[in-house]
Amino acid sequence: MSTPAILAENINTHYGRSHILRGVSFRVAPGETVSLLGRNGMGKTTLLRTLAGLVRPSSGSIQLNGAEVTNSRASSRSRAGLAIVPEGRGIFPNLTVEENLTFASRANNKGERPWPLERIYSLFPRLAERKHHWGNELSGGEQQMLSIGRALMTSPSIFLLDEATEGLAPKLRDEIWATVKQITQSGIAAIIVDKNLNDLLALADRNMIMAKGEIMFEGTSAALRADEALIHRHLGV
Amino acid sequence: MDLVFIQLLNGVQYGLLIFLAASGLTLIFGIMGVINLSHGSFYMLGAYGALTLTAFTGDIFLALLIGVPLAFVFGIVIEWLFIRHLYDRDHLQQVLLTFALILIFNEAQKLLWGSYPHSVPIPSYLQGGVKISALLTYPYYRIAVAAFCVALALLMVFVIQKTRVGRIIRAGESNREMVEALGIDSRLLFRFVFAAGVALAATAGIVAAPLESVYPGIGEPILIISFVVVVIGGIGSVKGAFIGAILIGVADALGKVYFPAFSSSVVYALMAAVLIARPGGLFGRAA
Ligand SMILES: Nc1ncnc2c1ncn2[C@@H]1O[C@H](COP(=O)(O)OP(=O)(O)OP(=O)(O)O)[C@@H](O)[C@H]1O
Ligand SMILES: [Mg+2]
Repeated sequence: MSTPAILAENINTHYGRSHILRGVSFRVAPGETVSLLGRNGMGKTTLLRTLAGLVRPSSGSIQLNGAEVTNSRASSRSRAGLAIVPEGRGIFPNLTVEENLTFASRANNKGERPWPLERIYSLFPRLAERKHHWGNELSGGEQQMLSIGRALMTSPSIFLLDEATEGLAPKLRDEIWATVKQITQSGIAAIIVDKNLNDLLALADRNMIMAKGEIMFEGTSAALRADEALIHRHLGV
Repeated sequence: MDLVFIQLLNGVQYGLLIFLAASGLTLIFGIMGVINLSHGSFYMLGAYGALTLTAFTGDIFLALLIGVPLAFVFGIVIEWLFIRHLYDRDHLQQVLLTFALILIFNEAQKLLWGSYPHSVPIPSYLQGGVKISALLTYPYYRIAVAAFCVALALLMVFVIQKTRVGRIIRAGESNREMVEALGIDSRLLFRFVFAAGVALAATAGIVAAPLESVYPGIGEPILIISFVVVVIGGIGSVKGAFIGAILIGVADALGKVYFPAFSSSVVYALMAAVLIARPGGLFGRAA
């Protein structure tokens, strides 16, 4: 078996005294697309933030592309090829669109830049039109495009996307999903969180359901679709 | 009338000096989230440094040339020794530690330079002044200080608007976590910002030294007025610090002319007025 892009072993994360992640273990293969599902407040965001190094786990270990990163900073994980599009998008309001995009532009460890600025602009022509606007002058959809584009410009091998299409109109959602598909097909390992079950199942190689800080289910989209009781219990549809 | 004009000039020039101290304070607060009570001490150390370095080199501008890099390095050391332990702590602990630094710096100042006031000479080529009327002249040195501060302010605008370091600083003002998540080690950013803030405060202290005598506690009024400027301008805003500092400088100077009895409260009245109209400060994010 090749080295996993992400290997998480028995992660426990606390916020103050509340125990949020409870012994989470999983792996994501290079290039694999994994969806992360679960009702509100079950710990999806906390898991992504723990992987990115924005929250310290109280125990457990995390490896990215075979390297132990449990105790390393978010910045060094980013430079090692992990990119996160956070809940709330994290746009810098006082930087222009183009300054946001190029903020952390860098080559990967092979010296390649698979997502140069022109490619981002052709993925999202609206960003090109607005490149001189301030970050806080964008609509929600444009902010999501910007956050995705900015993450891609770091040339990541691992891509964490929280609330991919939350709050977006259906047409914009389709646009985001089309781009996410290009990203996942480019060989980047991805964990994607969203509320739209069908869109995610169509995209993902594998799915994980979180409930109360634990992974309750891991399996293919076909297996998940077949288990209506599971869907009903954990996803409320 | 001449007196008012001179006071106005003095006010602007004082405001420009305050800006140097306040811009560092606002960045340290805005980006690092640290309330740095010891900021005035760096102004004080700048002024005493000017005393020693001018005695040594014979010229305040040579003192500046040597003193500013020294202050930057000193800032790095202080950040490494003390300030970096404050980032994850609450404001009370920040206030306690940086207050302790004031006491330490004051003791060090007494040991090194004693308790008597000293004066620092104005260079011979800047003696005298511009004649404004038959009776009044405006000193060349004050004009030079004002021009220097304006040049430095323009340099700061350029760095903040046009350079990569400036982009990182602006991004850090709005979302520190995202800066880190995008691969920039915020420890280095914080160390740089703190050291730059120390260097700016020391710069103000150095160029101000020949304007007034250098005495123990010289940094304390600067600290207080800088906090007023930061609050007026909006936390984290260098532009706000500039406008706020000029406003405060002018209000202070005119207050001395028109309301001599309450001159020291004029700046606080101004602060209160700004806060009532705009609780986040002139250029602050809505509080
Ligand atoms: N900063 C915080 N401090 C304390 N508790 C928090 C914090 N952030 C999240 N929590 C709690 O941790 C739990 C998990 O939250 P998390 O945001 O990871 O859930 P989620 O699955 O992403 O939910 P959603 O679908 O609503 O985004 C929730 O109970 C939440 O209230
Ligand atoms: Mg969430």
